[in-house]
Amino acid sequence: MDKYRLDPNKGLEFGVYTLGDHLTNPHTGERIPAVQRIDEIIEFAKLAEEAGVDFFSVGESHQEYFTTQAHTVVLAAIAQATKKIKIGSASTIISTLDPVRVYEDFATIDLISKGRTEIVAGRASRVGVFELLGYDIRDYEELFEEKFELLLKINEEEIVNWSGQYRAPLKNAKVLPRPYHGWLPIWRAVGGSPASAIKAGFAGVPMFIAMLGGPASSFKRSIDAYREAARERGFDPATLPVATAGFFYAAETTQQALKEYYPHIHEGMKLTNGRGFPKQLFAQGADTRDVMNVGSPQQIIEKILYQYELFGHQRYIAQMDFGGVPFDKIRKNIEIIATEILPAVRKYTAKK
Amino acid sequence: MKIVVLSGSRVGSKTRTAMNYAVKVIHEKYPEAEATLLDLAEYDVQFSDGRNYMEYEGDTKYVAQTVMGADAVIIGTPIFQASIPATLKNVFDLLPEKALRDKVASIIVTAGSPKHYLIAEQQIKPILSYMKAQIVQSYVFIEEKDFYRKEIVNDDILFRINRLVEDTVMLTETYAKIREAKEAAYGF
Repeated sequence: MDKYRLDPNKGLEFGVYTLGDHLTNPHTGERIPAVQRIDEIIEFAKLAEEAGVDFFSVGESHQEYFTTQAHTVVLAAIAQATKKIKIGSASTIISTLDPVRVYEDFATIDLISKGRTEIVAGRASRVGVFELLGYDIRDYEELFEEKFELLLKINEEEIVNWSGQYRAPLKNAKVLPRPYHGWLPIWRAVGGSPASAIKAGFAGVPMFIAMLGGPASSFKRSIDAYREAARERGFDPATLPVATAGFFYAAETTQQALKEYYPHIHEGMKLTNGRGFPKQLFAQGADTRDVMNVGSPQQIIEKILYQYELFGHQRYIAQMDFGGVPFDKIRKNIEIIATEILPAVRKYTAKK
Repeated sequence: MKIVVLSGSRVGSKTRTAMNYAVKVIHEKYPEAEATLLDLAEYDVQFSDGRNYMEYEGDTKYVAQTVMGADAVIIGTPIFQASIPATLKNVFDLLPEKALRDKVASIIVTAGSPKHYLIAEQQIKPILSYMKAQIVQSYVFIEEKDFYRKEIVNDDILFRINRLVEDTVMLTETYAKIREAKEAAYGF
């Protein structure tokens, strides 16, 4: 785990991610301007750092109701505004970008942040980005595989010789600047299904797995499949980190958390996904066995520890700002994380 | 209440004739309901390519969004080669998984042969269940002999469609109340 800058002795890492969504707060009907949203994301990262959160990440989504399409630019601002928190993407849509350019950007952010930067590369959930950036959705799978491979190669080799289908060949190409420590942790983002987890295992790269809702035990199958696939290809799963990502919201009581957060998720998903989030599933999400970390601080601690026992993962990444959550609530959540959740999670997961 | 009356074929006139009558019944008996007739013969709908339904354009987007916006969908279909036509299956394929959650669906079948009677039971209902619709269990099965020059000439069929519309509206209202009561019980 050393290679990926993770110290198992310190226990489960706690991170935060934002997709940079730019939605109306359903409680007030107000939508802040984009300039404020981006400011608040940078502020959010600073608060997370002060609270002792380990990782802060920003995703790109090229559709209406989002603001961080240029997520590397936002990450550069965060790199400048923070000192010790690790930062990264969640995720970078490598399929529709040039891996050379992505590496240049992240290596630069890594220099600005003095070696705190990571890349999480994913595949996009929408066709819009393919049209916008001039790619054919029919190449969805191969675009990702080829470009992800090239990204990994650039990370390993300072002088790159490469040829493929979707980019001009590279002949003795030097991709510069090199990162602060000469190398970046690069994760593969996967949806919940075992099929995509297996691909990450075959590649022997760390896996970032998104979990919206449902029993944790179902997601365990994907994590097991990932480790098994890695083992089959000769990698040691004990050296490959797993990060889980999903909804997070803490309030005084679980009922209060459900009440405050549900309208954000429901209304936000209606606009960005075309479907709301069923209240029944959200209510079930409060159960300790469900992956959705919404509830009282105590309930969330129990859930995270239950997930840790089940998954044996190295990092959990919380999404608490989706759907126009106002900044005072984000501040409140960070405060609860700092004072109640982090101390308990570290106490029970760190090696003594 | 938004009721979408979907005529699922680009071929022939019998399904459309039956759906016209269903719309007429809704207008007469439930003037407060908003009935939208979607006749797939009138739209240029592309085949599903797996994208989110909001990302289609033109007629395809209109058809997908209209169905997604409905409280109830009355599905009209002919039977071709012992199955539903590709045009209708494509509408299902355009929509997300569980697209019919919290919606009521009912069925009107027109067929050239009584041998097709169970196709609604064996092929349409499993799709609707998978997509999480609340299904009106009884459907209306209409044969060629029930039509004459684009009119339904069998009173029994007219009565059955009247009942189907009534059941669709009743189940939609009732289901909305059940859902309201259930959601209120969660207390958030």
